[in-house]
Amino acid sequence: MEKKLVSFIVAGDPNPGATLRFMRALTKYSDIIELGIPFSDPMADGETIQRANIRALKGGMKVSKVFDIIREFRAYSNTPVVVMTYYNPVYNMGVENFVRKLKEAGGDGLIVVDLPVEEAEDYLSICRSYNIGTVFLAAPNTPEDRLREIDRACSLFLYLVSLYGTTGVRDDISNLALNFLKRAKGICKNPIYVGFGVWKREHARKLIEGGADGVVVGSAYVKIIERYGDSEETLKKLEEKSKELKEGILEGCKK
Amino acid sequence: MRFGEYGGQYVPEVLKPPLKELERAYKEYKDDPEFREELDYYLKNYAGRETPLYFAKNLTEKIGGAKIYLKREDLLLGGAHKINNSIGQALLAKKMGKTRLIAETGAGEHGLSTAMAGALFKMKTRIYMGTVDMERQKLNVYKMKLHGAEVYPVDTGSKTLKDAINEALRDWVETFEYTHYLIGSVVGPHPYPTMVRDFQSVIGREAKKQILEIEGRLPDCIVACVGGGSNAIGIFHEFVNYKEVRLIGVEAAGEGLETERHAATLLKGRKGVLHGMLSYFLQDEDGQIKTTHSISAGLDYPGVGPEHAYLKDIGRVEYVGVTDEEALNAFLELSRTEGIIPALESSHALAYGMKIGKEMDKDEIVIVNLSGRGDKDLYTVMSHLEVK
Repeated sequence: MEKKLVSFIVAGDPNPGATLRFMRALTKYSDIIELGIPFSDPMADGETIQRANIRALKGGMKVSKVFDIIREFRAYSNTPVVVMTYYNPVYNMGVENFVRKLKEAGGDGLIVVDLPVEEAEDYLSICRSYNIGTVFLAAPNTPEDRLREIDRACSLFLYLVSLYGTTGVRDDISNLALNFLKRAKGICKNPIYVGFGVWKREHARKLIEGGADGVVVGSAYVKIIERYGDSEETLKKLEEKSKELKEGILEGCKK
Repeated sequence: MRFGEYGGQYVPEVLKPPLKELERAYKEYKDDPEFREELDYYLKNYAGRETPLYFAKNLTEKIGGAKIYLKREDLLLGGAHKINNSIGQALLAKKMGKTRLIAETGAGEHGLSTAMAGALFKMKTRIYMGTVDMERQKLNVYKMKLHGAEVYPVDTGSKTLKDAINEALRDWVETFEYTHYLIGSVVGPHPYPTMVRDFQSVIGREAKKQILEIEGRLPDCIVACVGGGSNAIGIFHEFVNYKEVRLIGVEAAGEGLETERHAATLLKGRKGVLHGMLSYFLQDEDGQIKTTHSISAGLDYPGVGPEHAYLKDIGRVEYVGVTDEEALNAFLELSRTEGIIPALESSHALAYGMKIGKEMDKDEIVIVNLSGRGDKDLYTVMSHLEVK
């Protein structure tokens, strides 16, 4: 099975118009685009993505515009789009309404970072009925029986959190991550993609070598957007970064 | 685990195991005689329980209506009811083998009581506090540092209580193996709303015993302020099943409920999910959480405990609003008539207690939960009175 690169950016960072251009820059080397809906209180995110959330909200980003962006993106590309969000914007719109709009716009999947499986019964049946893929997160401290339950709730892939902490770049891939990956591979039926702290070629290679089916990268891109703003330079750097990561994945496959 | 539909555990996956660990530990210790004894010992000898139920004679005479009683939580160590919960949770954390405490604080009272508990139980303590609140509660910041706690400034979002909670949660996600997150109100994911209520319900148990001793009957009405809602649940809980006792929760109406500048979550908010719980929140049409305003830092929160949401829906508790100005007037009134300086938070409850007491008969009884003292608010009050 081909190993995947999932590239995350925050929708509307720094303005709603820029996101579509960024997505197009990323598609060349990315297998899935993960689009974050900005939220006023992103408690699972580190500073880099927190600031992106603030920029996006200040730039006038709305939930409805996320659907517009996906719709426009569909005119150019078939690359799957997964939306990442906190639960409140979904709850506020009504779960069914949200999922239907996502599907109509051409979205493929949904990650709700603060909706654990226990709270997700209705959510799951709605996603199933609209054929929207589900992704749940698992962490290194997730016990085995829970991991099975999470695996059952996923239909697209299982998102394995590599560390104890929030999103953001880290120096190295820890043994905690690699051991957890090994444990999860033995239990889960879904493809396993690893994220949090992953940002360079070396990381991607190591994780793929360790058995990951894909890697999720966010803060590395968001840092580029933060530094270069809505510019040609950003487009170039986003493409370069995704190329670097994809190469890391391919190197990892060779072993 | 839920209050009606409210509550729950809406948290990132990594926090599920630590919450389970906490739930298990709390279940194990809450009725453990040894734990209860130890907790009671510290509440009595360290914090200063029980607190008096004081008949505010001068205030009653001045108002000319119902008898006003004050539950004097302001006399506890640290000057607020927060210590009831901080000692309880710190003791539990100790039993769980945790070596570090973290907490969020708005007015600084919960931060202070956690800093004291940290000193008492020899635990490393870090308090998250919005920079706006650090500015208006300088004295409490200094006190926390005196007790050896680190005060960590939070400069994101509205720079107040909600952002301090976000930051504390981010800390906990990294450090849960050795850290207990000591949440200060009846908010957050299960089991916090229940656990904090249980630790605070000593207020109502005492008040009931005391009013029966003094008056030989239950009160007609109990009034308490509601931010997250811990002092209110603390005094209400014992009385919820006595339908003849009117329970009134007072929210911060800030500059007025018709403006955007208030923190009246139950009156003006709607259902949503934040900080691990399904409850009421002040939010915009897109589900973004709003920034709030209240003169009192402790009420300046866009959410409310899930049990309050439930008590509102079933109609057991009435929720009302009191403005900054009304609270300030009550602050002055109690200071002058009784020689007691109330916290600005408690002044909201007092303002409504006075208002409703005035319309009641002389043989009727109102208990106001005086949840804290006002020394910490003197800078704020002084700056408002200078303007006038």
